[in-house]
Amino acid sequence: MIYYLIPALLMFCCGVYGFVTRKNMIAMLISLELMLNAVDINFVVFNRYLFPGQMEGMFFTLFAIAIAAAETALAIAIIINVFRAARNVDVNDLNKMKH
Amino acid sequence: MESLGGIIMYWVIALSIVIFSVLTVTTRKILRSATYLLFVLFATAALYFKLDFEFLGAVQMAVYAGGIVVLFVFSILLTSHPGDNTSRLVSKKRLLGLVAGVATLVVAGWALVSRCADMAAQLPVMDNPTMHQIGETLMGTGKGEYLLPFEAISVLLLACIIGGVTVARKR
Repeated sequence: MIYYLIPALLMFCCGVYGFVTRKNMIAMLISLELMLNAVDINFVVFNRYLFPGQMEGMFFTLFAIAIAAAETALAIAIIINVFRAARNVDVNDLNKMKH
Repeated sequence: MESLGGIIMYWVIALSIVIFSVLTVTTRKILRSATYLLFVLFATAALYFKLDFEFLGAVQMAVYAGGIVVLFVFSILLTSHPGDNTSRLVSKKRLLGLVAGVATLVVAGWALVSRCADMAAQLPVMDNPTMHQIGETLMGTGKGEYLLPFEAISVLLLACIIGGVTVARKR
């Protein structure tokens, strides 16, 4: 089981690293997808190894995929709207609402 | 013990997951980043197939690889010039990211290795969940069945469609 959890863990850490270092909003969203995907793998692996024959982990993953799709679609709509207003998707330049 | 083919498949999947997820967050061209994300998602689907959840692997390919990555590519092409490199990272930011990533790796990895290093070492036998079983579980109202979350997801997707149209519409 540990052999499947380690790649998922590395994937999650890559997501964390990307989320902190990236400045483009779409790249941040891509890192977020990496993290979500790693968690999905964990659900499936625990389901398969500890509770074979049941399907809880699988259904959690199914619903997580659906929610991730919805969240991505909405986030990209927001990003495109921001791009239209500011001609930029760099998070450092988006500080108009601060002042 | 597993067959030799299974072990080779495992290593191919695990290595491609690790390599492509590192490339996803380190490459400087954002369109390449989306492409590497596609490869990571395909490797994840292969992992689901290998763990006998065939329906889940198919869903992963259809929704993630078919839907989300296309959405990413479209929005990248809409918001940035594809040839552009992102600006070089300042070393402070990279250090911060490395600290966050490595701290996560150390804490979670230590917990994993100390708790479940030798838990469930063998792959237990399991019949693949048939479509009949999946449909019954998804549509049932009994214990451990998922009609209510299914309906909640459908309402959420509807709200998401309306929200997406409203947010992205031209005024």
